[in-house]
Amino acid sequence: MKIVIGQGSCGIASGAKKTELEFRRVLEERNVTDVSIDKTGCIGTCYLEPIVDVYNGEGILEARYVNVQPEFVADIVEEHIIGGKVKEEYRISDEDAAILAEQNRIVLRNCGLINPERIDEYINVHGYEAARKALTEMTPEEVIEEIKISGLRGRGGAGFPTWFKWNAARQSEGTVKYIVCNADEGDPGAFMDRSVLEGDPNSLLEGMIIGGYAMGACEGIIYVRAEYPLAIARLEIALSQARERGFLGRNIFGTDWDFDIRIKAGAGAFVCGEETALIASLEGQRGMPRLKPPFPAQKGYWQKPTNINNVETYANVAWIILNGGAAFASYGTEKSKGTKVFALAGKIKKGGLVEVPMGIPLKDVIFETGGGIKKDKSCKAVQMGGPSGGCIPAELFDTPVTYEDINKTGAIVGSGGMIVMDENTCMVDMARYFLDFTRKESCGKCNYCRIGTKRMLEILERITEGNGRDGDIELLEELALKVREGAMCGLGQTAPNPVLTTLRYFRNEYEDHIYNHKCTAKSCKALISFEITDKCKGCTLCARQCPVNAIKGSVKEQHKIDADICIKCGKCAESCKFSAIEVK
Amino acid sequence: MNTEKKIIENESQQDFTLLAPTLEKYATVPGSLITILQQAQDIYGYLSQEAILYISEMTGILPAQIYGVATFYAQFRLKPIGKYLIMMCKGTACHVNGADRVEEAVAEYLGIQDGETTEDGIFTLNNVACLGCCSLAPVMMIKSADGEETYGNLTTESVVKILDEIKARTSQEVQ
Repeated sequence: MKIVIGQGSCGIASGAKKTELEFRRVLEERNVTDVSIDKTGCIGTCYLEPIVDVYNGEGILEARYVNVQPEFVADIVEEHIIGGKVKEEYRISDEDAAILAEQNRIVLRNCGLINPERIDEYINVHGYEAARKALTEMTPEEVIEEIKISGLRGRGGAGFPTWFKWNAARQSEGTVKYIVCNADEGDPGAFMDRSVLEGDPNSLLEGMIIGGYAMGACEGIIYVRAEYPLAIARLEIALSQARERGFLGRNIFGTDWDFDIRIKAGAGAFVCGEETALIASLEGQRGMPRLKPPFPAQKGYWQKPTNINNVETYANVAWIILNGGAAFASYGTEKSKGTKVFALAGKIKKGGLVEVPMGIPLKDVIFETGGGIKKDKSCKAVQMGGPSGGCIPAELFDTPVTYEDINKTGAIVGSGGMIVMDENTCMVDMARYFLDFTRKESCGKCNYCRIGTKRMLEILERITEGNGRDGDIELLEELALKVREGAMCGLGQTAPNPVLTTLRYFRNEYEDHIYNHKCTAKSCKALISFEITDKCKGCTLCARQCPVNAIKGSVKEQHKIDADICIKCGKCAESCKFSAIEVK
Repeated sequence: MNTEKKIIENESQQDFTLLAPTLEKYATVPGSLITILQQAQDIYGYLSQEAILYISEMTGILPAQIYGVATFYAQFRLKPIGKYLIMMCKGTACHVNGADRVEEAVAEYLGIQDGETTEDGIFTLNNVACLGCCSLAPVMMIKSADGEETYGNLTTESVVKILDEIKARTSQEVQ
């Protein structure tokens, strides 16, 4: 028997290590010696972590247990491991199992199933067969053709056809070429790349080997986020095991082609998602973009032809080569082919990663796969594409998730982050949040991006602080369009998107803030007040919780908040057991 | 004044022989400045002026250029940090789920703001862009010599409890 515990970052944060220790302790205590304990990456259903799979001697999954806290471990060992009977009450529900089963997992095909620290487990599920096939049976042109048939487009943001970039790098002159993986996943709210890096690093390496062969690269570089220490550690293990097996190094698969991959840790800069900025960073400089052309495919890293794709894009490649481009293209729509991983987070019940064919309506992703909104509140919007994207209102949730349709709403598919917002999310505050982000991350090269985002932020700050002025909305619109026109790179050009989309769909919220001194979402501190209603039983709990002693009242009598003292921290409302404190 | 003095004392204690293997490997490799700075920060916890000058001397890269790179990226620090580095996630999912209030609770409990270190040198608070654990938002990562630990689904109460436990553990170690 084998017990496999999900240990991606979210599994570990949910206590997977403690669960593992408890299994070890209980098994030893009960003297069970024929059961091994192993780990795997993140399967995507983060809300169910820690997840424990129990396999029988033939390697068949007997049960998947979810939310396994250490106190459940003894029961599972007693009844299932020793007693041979599945412990139903801790088992995954049929509904949650269906969410996993109904997905079309290409990128995430191995995540949460294999041990990412052992290359043999990857090889057992057809790992490196695609690389062998590409290198020994296909010409580089045939590889590029297969990717062209698949219709794969860059999964990092812009959605540029992958084959086209590969072909451009192949066509460029010179023998020294580089293939780079952008694993810097800068969009705050997307985590599919982390999941692949932690859960199936070999699929990235294999995709890069195939890509490197197709364009004739001599070296691969993975530019990975420093905030992902576990991903870096597992990549390093995967690299050294791939070298041992001869998948990297000299004369790969008996060909005369030499190729190796190294890791370069990024140092934290969102703008490095822009290709030329990423290259500057690889060269040890400040990550500032430059004008294109020349494109990286002509002059990139150290002025040599360079191709950059992100983790998810490369993770598709081996599957495409093995199953054929047509199989990949059978998913999705005419122009947006294949599957896409989405990261569901925010006010959603079942947050995590899902991989679905492109083209399904937004509402299916949010309400079916994602299980709807936390506490059954009403859904207001979903933010797609991070700081470069926009907010799509609930009325437009019939929109199919394709590059073209999402662009029409003013948002972008981007890397696939979906932050779901409910009635208590203030859209002006969201715009402020994103502008604060892009202002901090602006490299400062272009005036409109450097100063324009700062001025826009100031306006949004004063609106959320209750000091909005007549004319602020028009000024924001004017600045937004000028920043879009006046910035050189993608960061600056798209920085106004969160403002433009919230203005387009939620203009009334801006107007409410400015003209009525009201925050409809009851979220902006300056525009709300707390009041105790007659539901109050006089239990005094809120008065004791209040950090500034703003609540007065005697026992068993309705309390009152002194608005002059109240700092609107909300601790009273949180602590009240009778829902007697209302936000106005 | 006191902290300034402490920093200077710290600086004179920095042992640059620890950086020798890194410089030996990377000093002459073009494009390695960020890697060198990352390793220097791993060793000393931050980039002191002295360290920047030393790296400049050994690599031939101008101090201004090193300073330019060090201040461009969020990861680099020019001031020493506490024993525990609190990386408070300010990603979108965390923001929507109340990260600001969690941060306020931490700031209130420790008496420090983003980028500052407690007087006892135990905690440094740093806001970071995204830790990629969005489905557990709000999230923070605490980094120390023992490695890093991620905490999810934080509330204003749970975060104080976590810091309390670390504090208690640290004072026990001192005794």
